[in-house]
Amino acid sequence: MNDNTASKPVTRRTLAWVLLELLGSMNLAITLLVVVAVASVIGTVLQQNQPYPDYVLKFGPFWFEVFRRLGLYDVYGAGWFIGILAFLILSTSVCIYRQAPLLWRDMTRFRTGVQLRSLHGFHQQAEWHLAGCEPEKVRAELTGLLAARGYRWRLRTGDDHQVLAAMKGRYSRLGYLFTHVAVVVIGIGGLLDGNLWLKLKEWRGELRIETRDLPAGRIPPESRLAPGAVPAFRGNVMLPEGSAANFVFLRMRDGFLLQELPFAIELKDFQVAYYDTGQPKSFISQVLIHDQEQLGEQPLEATIRVNHPLVYRGYAIYQSDFGDGGSRLELRAWPLNSGHLEPSEARGAVGETLRVGGSTGGAMALELDDFRLFNLMPEPDAQPGERKFRNFGPSVGFKLRDAAGSAREYLNYMAPVQLEGRWFYISGMRDRPGAPFIYLHIPADPANSPQRFLRFNARLRDSAGLRALLEPPAVAVEDEFRRDLNRVRLNLVELFARGGFTAVTEQAKAVVPPERLKEATTLYMNILRDALAEVFVAVLREEGVNVEQAIGEREDAFFNDAVGAIAALPAYGSPFYLQMTGFQQVEASGLQVTRSSGSTVVYGGFLLLVIGVFIMFYTSQRRLWAWLAIEPTGIRMLLAGTGNRRQAEFAREFNELAAALARRLGPPEPEPVAPDAVHSSTRIGKRQ
Amino acid sequence: MAVTREAMLEQADQPSASLRLTAQEIVWAVLVVAGSLYAGLFYSASMDGYEMVILAGSALALIAWGRYWSPVRPLSVVVTVLVLLALWRYGDDYGLRQRDFWLKYFLESQAAFMWMSTLYVLATVTYFVALFSRSVFIGKTATALTWSATVMGLTGLLVRWRESYLLGADIGHIPVSNLYEVFILFALITALLYLFYEDRHRTRAMGGFALLAISGAVAFLLWYTFDRQAHHIQPLIPALQSYWMKIHVPANFIGYGAFALAAMLGVAYLLRQRAEARHPDGLLATVLPSLVLLDDVMYKAIALGFAAFTIATILGALWAAEAWGGYWSWDPKETWALIVWLNYAAWLHLRLSKGLRGAPMAWWAVIGLFVTLFAFLGVNMFLSGLHSYGTL
Ligand code: HEM
Repeated sequence: MNDNTASKPVTRRTLAWVLLELLGSMNLAITLLVVVAVASVIGTVLQQNQPYPDYVLKFGPFWFEVFRRLGLYDVYGAGWFIGILAFLILSTSVCIYRQAPLLWRDMTRFRTGVQLRSLHGFHQQAEWHLAGCEPEKVRAELTGLLAARGYRWRLRTGDDHQVLAAMKGRYSRLGYLFTHVAVVVIGIGGLLDGNLWLKLKEWRGELRIETRDLPAGRIPPESRLAPGAVPAFRGNVMLPEGSAANFVFLRMRDGFLLQELPFAIELKDFQVAYYDTGQPKSFISQVLIHDQEQLGEQPLEATIRVNHPLVYRGYAIYQSDFGDGGSRLELRAWPLNSGHLEPSEARGAVGETLRVGGSTGGAMALELDDFRLFNLMPEPDAQPGERKFRNFGPSVGFKLRDAAGSAREYLNYMAPVQLEGRWFYISGMRDRPGAPFIYLHIPADPANSPQRFLRFNARLRDSAGLRALLEPPAVAVEDEFRRDLNRVRLNLVELFARGGFTAVTEQAKAVVPPERLKEATTLYMNILRDALAEVFVAVLREEGVNVEQAIGEREDAFFNDAVGAIAALPAYGSPFYLQMTGFQQVEASGLQVTRSSGSTVVYGGFLLLVIGVFIMFYTSQRRLWAWLAIEPTGIRMLLAGTGNRRQAEFAREFNELAAALARRLGPPEPEPVAPDAVHSSTRIGKRQ
Repeated sequence: MAVTREAMLEQADQPSASLRLTAQEIVWAVLVVAGSLYAGLFYSASMDGYEMVILAGSALALIAWGRYWSPVRPLSVVVTVLVLLALWRYGDDYGLRQRDFWLKYFLESQAAFMWMSTLYVLATVTYFVALFSRSVFIGKTATALTWSATVMGLTGLLVRWRESYLLGADIGHIPVSNLYEVFILFALITALLYLFYEDRHRTRAMGGFALLAISGAVAFLLWYTFDRQAHHIQPLIPALQSYWMKIHVPANFIGYGAFALAAMLGVAYLLRQRAEARHPDGLLATVLPSLVLLDDVMYKAIALGFAAFTIATILGALWAAEAWGGYWSWDPKETWALIVWLNYAAWLHLRLSKGLRGAPMAWWAVIGLFVTLFAFLGVNMFLSGLHSYGTL
């Protein structure tokens, strides 16, 4: 029984001890360092915190779900990752806990109780045989030299010997302590500043992530955080000029939370300054802080720029983004698939949705997404390898959504752009978010307007007009061949207007046997070109251009560009070309507001870390012992020393010391020197 | 009165590392202080308080560095003279770089970098020739070439700094702002680190290997210049307009340079070890630097790199707190800096705890270079993030 009770605590202690041993072990430390490093890679390879639909698109529904469960879309906030970090902190703490007592002993004890045997094991040693010499005199010489080198010492007197134990640089030991405490401090501070608090609240059911697209005012209370509800957050708000907000949004996984602020930020003005080259030079927000509680009626005026945040009441406000705040646009929609070129005018602000009549009767939604005053892009006409930029001027970005809800995205530039010497109105289109834009190049006429192209295009879709032009009734009666040809011409032009070159080749495939296909297609294309040219000449004539002489090179190029653009219209997919005719810009500034209560802790940790690392690498603790054996014939003295780190420097110091001693006491005992030890700097008294 | 023998001995017994200043050191300190004061006063209009502090700090660091390692003094003097010469030739006209003989062929930043590149490559070859021929003279030539290359590179960087202001007062900035410029910085720092170890360990045997890393950087630089036209001075994007850049980037590159050096020594280590195993009396096994030396310098380089990288990452975090609203955002560049740091922390622990030496540590140092290279180049090439620092 006694045995049992006695043994139980022993086993328990052993278990705890084993755990402690494992946690504090260097092997675990090394493993954890590598594991954290490898785990961190994941989040850099997979873009984090993107909208969930993007991931579904990328991985498909199955892998999307697998990765979501693994927390790969927010690796650094995932439970398992934070767990590993916490484990590293724990392991380091245990390591410190176990090392600290040893450290203390190492710093405070002189080790006068050293054995002669162990002294003989040291790398640095020298031995003297001093006949007829008093120990006091030898000690005095020695301590004089040691003092000059900054050593402190203790003396122990035995029966037949005295031991002088000296050391210096004991604070070098603090390097370890500082470094590792710093790791723990930074780790804890960092965890406090992470989204641990939000996770905790969510886990306790106090908080629900909002995934709907709601205006701030309608966000339910369970998705709101009162000021001070969490000690750390990082949120964003987009403020149009002239508006104010007393909240920010915190992005969380596939939704967001609303964090209320104890003050309101009003954006008075937002400006982008540009270099002469057109690249942005600075983003500047002029803000007013309204805070009844602290400021009364008088708002605080401040300027926020990139790299120059405003810190107010422990909240830091940064310039992080910019965008459109509802610029008012004047628009003109030119129909693209009608024979009548009647433009309709519209006005709208960015962010609004306009109703437009679709081509096939169904109404379409025109969502005005974005306005940009400058569009700096790589110079399209640049030589390969040349780095030049060009400003493409104002642009409007919009979506056209049909009744079924599917949308295409467009990006139209206001002003024509010169490419290879010709001028074009450019409109980009994409039918998938994130896909690259495909551009439609509408040639600009001599009046720098898209109208000639649009008239030409409309003309191709005006059946009556086309017939009158390509199939004059007079000809139709007279000549059967001409009549057939005219019919083919008409047919081809209509086909082309509806489906581009593809429709023409499809048609050829349908009616011609395969072996004659190539020949027939070429013939079709030639006929089509001639017919299109005829229509084009008619358009020019209406415009008042003198077409009786040969058509100029400019018109020729225009024709080619126009035909190319018309051929691209079916893929362009919009029933109209939206021309921006005027705008009044309203900018919005994206501000980030953060609170990080742990930052002082972390910065303290940084300081400790730097001090610790330098102490650890660039200072060393050194110990010297002089063992004075008092023998009948005199004194036999063994001088030995050791230093942690910086062995070469210590060896140099030891040799200097031994040489100085030799000048006072005479040469040390000669030592056999091993041949391979010659290069080493421990030449005096090296023992193998 | 004659100095007694005792007194002489007494002096000889003083510890060598004393705080006493030699006359040369005093002259050095006075020169640096005078130069910095002049610069501070002359350019005070374009510096803010932080930058004044950085200037003062740099002056102190330069004094200390010159005391700790004396070749820094002639290096600084020669570079200063060359830079002043260039500034004098330039006056206020950037266009002179095409017209003025001295600028066009020697001192204009682009010309200086070409000299630097040529000299580093020559030095690399010369170090290897010296190694295999065991010629002291050729070895000295290689050292001289490396120093000359470093002088030209440093001059080029400083001249480029001024050139950016000649392009436009609002364009001017320290030339550590894009991949092109930091590659030059990388070459210079790696060279200086190597030259330091060469001097302290009194051996040129490591030269070829160290310079190989630099030649690699030069090759990249030439491709980047001629194929991508990356050498044009570009205005700074708003995120980089900060005094933090002046200290964060150089600190980082001390780390990168030291790690690269360690990796090259790791290569030499593995070669020598293999040679010793196969042909113990062969040429390779005898001319390559000794394993003990390589191991020692490799450790010192990694320790230095780790310390510098610690500071650099902390500076980066402080900067991020100011520019992006948080000291840590898990941005790819940041995260890779952490990965590099953890990697070398693991290396240091392994060496320390297990007393592990030899091939595994050398291999790890070599692999470490790839991790480092990814952090420094790969992130910009393959990953997107807040560090709009430079893409290829
Ligand atoms: C992120 C975590 C850690 C970092 C950054 C870190 C960093 C360092 C560094 C830089 C050194 C100096 C190495 C050298 O001088 O070559 C060191 C030494 C050391 N580390 Fe760590 N360490 C970490 C975690 C740990 C853990 C968990 C342990 C527990 C076993 C540990 C135990 C030690 C010990 C015993 C030393 C030797 C100290 C000496 O002899 O002066 N470290 N550490």
